Amino acid sequence: MSEQPLIYARGLVKRFGDFTAVDGIDLEVAPGEAFGFLGPNGAGKSSTMRMISCVSLPTGGELRILGLDPARDGSRIRARLGVCPQLDNLDPDLSVRENLTTYARYFGLSKAQARSRADELLDFAQLQEKASSAVEPLSGGMKRRLTIARALVNDPDLVLLDEPTTGLDPQARHLLWERLFRLKQRGTTLVLTTHYMDEAEQLCDRLVVMDGGRIVAEGSPRSLIETYSTPEVVELRFADGVDYAGKLEGIGRIDPLPDRILLYADDGDAAVAEVHRRGLTPSSVLVRRSSLEDVFLQLTGRTLVD
Amino acid sequence: MAHPTVAVLERHLHLYRRLWRASVFSSFILPVLFLVSIGIGVGGYIGDIEGEDYLVWIVPGVMASTAFQMAIGESTYSVLGDFKWVRAYHAMRATPVEIRDMVAGWMLYILFRVEIAAVVFLGITGLFGALRSPWAVVTPLIAALVAVAAAAPVTAFAASIDQDSYFALLFRFVMIPSTLFAGVFFPVEQLPEALRPLAYLSPLWHGVELSRAATIGVAPPWPAAVHVGYLLAFAAAGLLWAVSAFRKRLQD
Amino acid sequence: MVTTMLAARISPSRVGAVINRNVGALRSGPSYWLVLVSGFFEPVLYLLSIGVGVGALVGELRLPSGRVVEYAEFVAPAMLAVSAMSGALAETTFNFFFKMKYSKTFEAVLATPVKPFEIAVGELAWALVRSSVYTGAFLVVMVALGLTSPGWALAAFPATLLVGVAFGGVGMAISTLMRGWQDFDMLTTGQFALFLFSGTFSPVQDYPAAFEVVVAVTPLFHAVELVRGLAIGELGWGLLGHAAYLVVMGAAGLAFAARRIQRTLCV
Repeated sequence: MSEQPLIYARGLVKRFGDFTAVDGIDLEVAPGEAFGFLGPNGAGKSSTMRMISCVSLPTGGELRILGLDPARDGSRIRARLGVCPQLDNLDPDLSVRENLTTYARYFGLSKAQARSRADELLDFAQLQEKASSAVEPLSGGMKRRLTIARALVNDPDLVLLDEPTTGLDPQARHLLWERLFRLKQRGTTLVLTTHYMDEAEQLCDRLVVMDGGRIVAEGSPRSLIETYSTPEVVELRFADGVDYAGKLEGIGRIDPLPDRILLYADDGDAAVAEVHRRGLTPSSVLVRRSSLEDVFLQLTGRTLVD
Repeated sequence: MAHPTVAVLERHLHLYRRLWRASVFSSFILPVLFLVSIGIGVGGYIGDIEGEDYLVWIVPGVMASTAFQMAIGESTYSVLGDFKWVRAYHAMRATPVEIRDMVAGWMLYILFRVEIAAVVFLGITGLFGALRSPWAVVTPLIAALVAVAAAAPVTAFAASIDQDSYFALLFRFVMIPSTLFAGVFFPVEQLPEALRPLAYLSPLWHGVELSRAATIGVAPPWPAAVHVGYLLAFAAAGLLWAVSAFRKRLQD
Repeated sequence: MVTTMLAARISPSRVGAVINRNVGALRSGPSYWLVLVSGFFEPVLYLLSIGVGVGALVGELRLPSGRVVEYAEFVAPAMLAVSAMSGALAETTFNFFFKMKYSKTFEAVLATPVKPFEIAVGELAWALVRSSVYTGAFLVVMVALGLTSPGWALAAFPATLLVGVAFGGVGMAISTLMRGWQDFDMLTTGQFALFLFSGTFSPVQDYPAAFEVVVAVTPLFHAVELVRGLAIGELGWGLLGHAAYLVVMGAAGLAFAARRIQRTLCV
């Protein structure tokens, strides 16, 4: 990478009293990248994001954002960031448009600039019709789009999204992904946290898997799947509750979960044929492509969404 | 380029534009009702006090205590709400706005509210003929000092707590006793000697005495510089506390 | 209590939003009981400041009957009546509204054989408990300060209960009409105006004649007159009139509230 990384971290640590939330991570995010933090609740994603957004200072290690030191230049860095927090913090008593213009003023935009920027962003967020509506009655998806639009008000070099689609219904999520994808196409650098693997696969060029405050794997979604999983996975369920894991040995790597058994294989159909050949009769069989969840399971021994 | 402090002030003014009607009663009408009920109603039974008509005597007190009560009332639910429910300060934290801008912008908003009320009250009491000295024109400045001295520590307190039920205690054990016993309605000298220092501790008493000196045109009980100095020190300490309380709340 | 509510109510829509989301937390908050108990202090502080402090400037006051009393003796019963009013209103407006609108307490209760009128009476009884705790304690303070005798205090106590019933009934009726927290603003405003102008701090005979007529229609005036007559031992047939006003007010409020509960919840 010839260009200077927008985020550079070495041995980054965040402690709250005795509790270590982030335990020495290294990161580099280049301009134009869409970078993701994947991990369960409590993995340290949000703490890392808060350090990157210069809201909380690192307890240890080195951190440079846009080449600057958050401890010294917090305000200068924040002027060039767009932050979409995990919890919406829109002003419920202000209108949709006023939420954008008020926020724009925090960045020192003139009133005229704030107004024209608000118009552009209302278009982008597909909220033009709601411009003078109050925030309170908006749907969850609309509020999220407004929060993201607000994060773009200063035309940031780096956009940080903390669990952008948590709590939204599937339709709202897809609409939001489409908007974020457009941002990405425009070359905006995105950094997001998520505990949904489909979201990471959709949006991220590169991601790290975090667990217990550490980075346990890093790469593109595809390369992670190739490294830590097999091309296909067979999900087997048995009606009688007998432990069949032993009888499946040799077909592929086995992950016995409470309700089903996962069988990792290069060729799923061949594996299923082998299961039947051994005289086993699972009550349901599903052959699917490997996903990030399998990577996560392999890396941490736990399913991602608890 | 707009200073971030101004941007913060603008946000509060924006909200106020939506809500100002509700404040008309507490800011403008209530103090006048108070004057009529106590100043004129009860005053009718009181001869002169310190050589002045009772109404003339309590006008500056009611003015200072209105500034005091407004500053405290405004700095409770609104501040806690902007941290806890609205998370407006968390939103600002992600922008170039610094903590000192948040506190300064809020204090400017309080001053805006208090000054309007003070000037209107001054005008009304002038019509009542209750102002005896041209020095009365400085009372809005005194109200400003009282407002910051009261609002800053209360803002800090509101930024430090998580339960709004503490406000009822603040009103009942700090604001109301201050209003009732800090020389607004009767001279502090009437209090038992042991309790008088408590009145002296309240910034309101200093504001009341300065305002009274101004509207009547006499010297305050202590040197004016001491009263002003106390209010300034109180305000400065409150502001420092507020900045540190905001920082702590927004830290992690 | 009125002042506390006034102070708390400055940005009603935001306060409403805050309260709306937080009443549950307030109830379970560590200081809930402290808040409840502290409500007693407000009228006491007013008594000490205006009654005793300003009273020292006023000296004595001649009543319409010609009898002369200390100013504090005159103000104390008014604060007592205000205390009964505030205690009852606090329960039947704010808390009642929350139960009716947000916590759906009544809906749950009405799913049992309990009738709407019984809910109204039950709520009123609880409001009376709160109000009588305040007034009982306040009467003890009055006796201790020599502002009434133990005998007259005992006579005044049932009168404060009547004041509680009257304001509790009407408060509940008003709550059933409230659209949202914003409307409480008007209630508090009205309450404070009553507090200042019901013959509380100076005799109504001082008011301009037209204003005196207006005041004579408002409820706190009758409450103050009744409680004051008993607390300072100024008996007269007029007291029965004041009492009758309060009885009608309470009964009408209660009946109206019960009907509204029926209409809103039993559909």
